[in-house]
Amino acid sequence: MRIAIASGKGGTGKTTVAVNLALTAVRMGQKVHLVDCDVEEPNAHLFLKPDLGQNHHVTLPVPQVDQALCQHCGQCAEFCEFNAIACLPQRTMIFEDLCHGCSGCWLICPNQAITKSERVLGDVATGTAMGMSFTHGELRIGETVVPPLIQAAKAQAENANWVILDSPPGTTCPVVETMRDVDYVVLVTEPTPFGQHDLALAVDLARALERPCGVVINRAVPGREQIEAYCARESLDILAKIPFQLEVAEACAEGGLAIDVDKQVADALVELYEKLMAREVPV
Amino acid sequence: MILIITSQGPDPTDPVDPRFGRAPYLLIFDTETDQFQTLDNSQQVAAAQGAGVQAAQNIVATGAQVLLTGRCGPKAFQALSAAGVQIFSGTQGTVQEAVQAWRAGNLDQLTDPNGRPQH
Repeated sequence: MRIAIASGKGGTGKTTVAVNLALTAVRMGQKVHLVDCDVEEPNAHLFLKPDLGQNHHVTLPVPQVDQALCQHCGQCAEFCEFNAIACLPQRTMIFEDLCHGCSGCWLICPNQAITKSERVLGDVATGTAMGMSFTHGELRIGETVVPPLIQAAKAQAENANWVILDSPPGTTCPVVETMRDVDYVVLVTEPTPFGQHDLALAVDLARALERPCGVVINRAVPGREQIEAYCARESLDILAKIPFQLEVAEACAEGGLAIDVDKQVADALVELYEKLMAREVPV
Repeated sequence: MILIITSQGPDPTDPVDPRFGRAPYLLIFDTETDQFQTLDNSQQVAAAQGAGVQAAQNIVATGAQVLLTGRCGPKAFQALSAAGVQIFSGTQGTVQEAVQAWRAGNLDQLTDPNGRPQH
């Protein structure tokens, strides 16, 4: 079972849900692998304090031009969707940081003047934490190409029966890469206008990717029913409600685990776990 | 000598565009004939990234030796410099006025990029 924990809006509690759900599943006897796919701003490690193995580089294939072989025909520059190549009369220039690594330029070059080089996007490391396997990915500062690093992080989690992916916020390429092949998407939101607005965008994305999804309402406050109303209109399952509690916020701010400080939160996470288990196709 | 001026419109009476890569028009001026020609750059206005790189390549392909614009980012600067194009910044008013200012020696030649890198 591969589950993505996503949200649309940032700061709704994706990591809180991902970490505490993972730990709940461990305590239920599951073999769990949590992957922090928010490689631009990873934070699950702050709660899990993992024992990580060696970092390894994740690279992207990028072009290198042999000026002696280049005939300046311009086919590579014309092919490049990302404007990473400028073909000038005397010289062909590569702007590596614009390259998305599609390989098109060296395949199309009629003079074999372009060879494959590598650019390091970031690092991934896998280890253990609190009875689960854990993978941490971290993008290099200044880097803008994110999906290949997420792909590499996800590839580390092949052998667990519960794979939980802590997604980046938003609905852009990194989120698509995280969600695209999961069995289920848990969308964490909060009862605010922004929470609802961005939840709707994330629901649209999950539907476009044909991934089933359900909603967790975090920081639920009695009397604020806008998310319930939205979910009813959209026929979306509400999987759990995590009540708003000052002590939980304080515990999270100190890197603590919400399920260990509050019984209601622990119960909400067990409810979420059981609903996800009930969805699972028996092997 | 061929000059390129980044422009908000297709005519020499249109205002210059301080943006380099995403200017909708590039006007070509030939100092020998005193004639203007219009190059449509609108394809780059909405480019996801690399608009400056692409515009630089297009400018070099015209044989231009001088560019009059507002801001020029590091990648376009690198490409234009490699092709020997001189870049003048601080253009104001219409395209025609920019050419006059260049002829009068009133524009500053860029020795370093003066635009923020964009994607």
